Amino acid sequence: MIVAQRKPFAEIKEMLQGYNKVLNVGCGTCVSVCLTGGEKEVAVLNTELEMARRLDDDPIDIQGHTIERQCDREYLAELDSIIEEGKFDALMSMACGVGIQFLAERYPLIPTFPAVDTSGLAVNQTVGWYEERCRSCSQCVLGFTGGICPITMCAKRLLNGPCGGTNKGSCEISNDQPCAWFRIWERLSGQGRLDSIKKINTTRGWKDQAPRNLMQPGYKKPEKMVK
Amino acid sequence: MRLTYPTNIKILRVPCTGKVDVMYMLRCFQEGADGVYCVGCLEGNCHYNEGNLQCRERVNHIHDLLEEIGIEGDRVRMYNLSSGEGPTFAKFAQEMTEHILSLGPNPLKAKPRKVAAPA
Repeated sequence: MIVAQRKPFAEIKEMLQGYNKVLNVGCGTCVSVCLTGGEKEVAVLNTELEMARRLDDDPIDIQGHTIERQCDREYLAELDSIIEEGKFDALMSMACGVGIQFLAERYPLIPTFPAVDTSGLAVNQTVGWYEERCRSCSQCVLGFTGGICPITMCAKRLLNGPCGGTNKGSCEISNDQPCAWFRIWERLSGQGRLDSIKKINTTRGWKDQAPRNLMQPGYKKPEKMVK
Repeated sequence: MRLTYPTNIKILRVPCTGKVDVMYMLRCFQEGADGVYCVGCLEGNCHYNEGNLQCRERVNHIHDLLEEIGIEGDRVRMYNLSSGEGPTFAKFAQEMTEHILSLGPNPLKAKPRKVAAPA
C-alpha cells in the first residue's frame, strides 16, 4: 500500500497562516491503514491546529471530513456539497500525493495544502511499522532477483551486485540496513537458482519513468478526456 | 481506608489504560483541563499484556503534541500502581495536583473557542 507520514506540525501551521476557514479532508484507504491520514488523524490534527491558533489569538474554524478514497472521482464527488456550503478559504488533504492532486484539481479555485509527505509503497511489518518494498519503477526485476527488489533495498539501486560495501549481510550505509544483494544471493542459493544473477544485467531506461499512465487492455480514455 | 485526595480531580474509568485514545487526552486539553494523568496497572502486570505500555506510548505522544501546540507537555503524565494500592493512588493524586498548581492554569482557558459562523 501507499504509505505517508504527517508533515511536521510547524510546517502545516505555517501553510495555513492567513486562512481562517479550512476543510481538512482525510482518506479512508492507504493512509488510513498506515495511521497517517484517516478519520482519527484528521481529528487529531484539527484539534492541534484549533488549539495552537487559539493560543496565537488567531482562531481558525477547521472542519474535517474523511472520504473512502481521494484518488477516485466517485468518492470525491461527495465533497461537492460540503465545500459549496462551507465556503472554505482553503482545503487541506491528508491523502497521499495522488489524492492531494486530485482534490486540488477538482476545486481549482480553492488553495489546497498537503498535510502529509508521501513516502512510498510499503508492507505492514507490524502495527505502526511500514517497510518500503517497491519504488514502482515500471520495469520489475523480481523474477531474477528471487523476489527481493534491489531498486528499493540497495542504496545504489544496483542491478549487478553486491558492491564492495556489503558487510556481513548489512549495507555500508548502516548496520540496520540489510544488503539487498546478500539477501538475493541467499534466497536464490536456497532455490538453486544462482545462475539467474550470474549474467550481467544491462542499464535501465530510467527516462521512461515519468510521467506514467496505465491503461489496462480492453479500456480506452473517454472521448472528452482525450487531449 | 477513608483516604482523601484532592477534590478537583475528575476520574474517567476505562476497562484498561490501553483504551485511552490520543483524542481523549487531546480533547481534555482543548476543553480546558489543566492536566491529565493516566493511572494504569504496574508494567508487566497488564491483564491484556500491553495495555498500560501502549498508554505510556500515547502519553509520551501527547506530551510531544502539546509541546508542538505551545502548551507545557508535562501537563500529561502516566502513573502505575496495583489495584490494592489505595494510598499510592491518593499520593499520585496529591503529587499531580501540586505539579499542575505549580504550572498554573491551561493557557487555552483564557481564550474562547471560535464559534463557526452561521450558515
